[in-house]
Amino acid sequence: MQIRLNGKERDVRDGITVVELLEELKIQPERVAVLVNQEIVKKPSYVSAMLHDGDAVEVLTVMAGGRGEIR
Amino acid sequence: MSEYKDEPLRFGGKEFKSRLIVGSSKYPDPAIMQKAWEASGAEMITVAIRRMNLATGGSLLDYIDRDRYTLLPNTAGCYTKEEAIKTSLIAREMGLSEMVKLEVIGDEKTLFPDTTALVEATEVLVKEGFIVLPYTNDDPIIAKKLEDAGAAAVMPLGAPIGSGLGIRNPYNIRIILEMVRVPVIVDAGVGTASDASIAMELGCDGVLMNTGIAGAKDPVTMAFAMRHAVEAGRLAYLAGRIPKKLYASASTPLEGMPELI
Repeated sequence: MQIRLNGKERDVRDGITVVELLEELKIQPERVAVLVNQEIVKKPSYVSAMLHDGDAVEVLTVMAGGRGEIR
Repeated sequence: MSEYKDEPLRFGGKEFKSRLIVGSSKYPDPAIMQKAWEASGAEMITVAIRRMNLATGGSLLDYIDRDRYTLLPNTAGCYTKEEAIKTSLIAREMGLSEMVKLEVIGDEKTLFPDTTALVEATEVLVKEGFIVLPYTNDDPIIAKKLEDAGAAAVMPLGAPIGSGLGIRNPYNIRIILEMVRVPVIVDAGVGTASDASIAMELGCDGVLMNTGIAGAKDPVTMAFAMRHAVEAGRLAYLAGRIPKKLYASASTPLEGMPELI
């Protein structure tokens, strides 16, 4: 299935959960906040929150604005 | 007396020795940013919530020693109260802070706040248990409304964000200081050290700045200058300046003057 991840289309396996997506992306859950279809997913729900085809997923963190970006 | 012991800056049940709050954007590179933070003596850093770069997994968190600095998440870039409220909730969900530097921008060109939406967002977030620090205009009536809405401090602009125009309306800032009991922190407009001193000499409780330091030719040296400027302005305020007069008044008494010619 396909989701929209941080504004870009991405193929993921059917029924993937938020925690599995983060694992696939090699991202520690405590460093991010996750939105699915504009709704905040609470940390304890990462394990159970299953994604669906067409979901818009935002993985957010603390960033600096402007030039001199953090990579 | 080699050192003066000042009261800490207090709001929302927290205490800070430094009265300077710094930002995290527009620095030439992260290493300079970190050195500037150190030179500034600041204990609080404002940060934004943005999409993570998924290719690298990088985060500003990698550059901030959280034992040393308190994070102050902001809602920069939010143009509606709904966006600002959600961004605050996201910051809290990330475990960053209960504090939020609340910005609801009203116009892209001036970056002036939408003060009606700001007051409404403050009410909502205070009820949600946040320590709300709203970025506002130099408008005493709005400052009072923000205080009444439960803001832990009010942060009037000295001049538009990133403009470096300094404290354009010191008289309004003075009126705000008389009208509210919560701390008043000048946020935005500071271009150089004297601007920071002026804000503190007026009696403000602190100054928040980003571009004034990050955009300087040498951000680290400017951060050091700002640290001293905030301290100097604070001490001058506490010491109480002399009144301004049109004519001179001799420092040395004339009594005891000899007949010289």
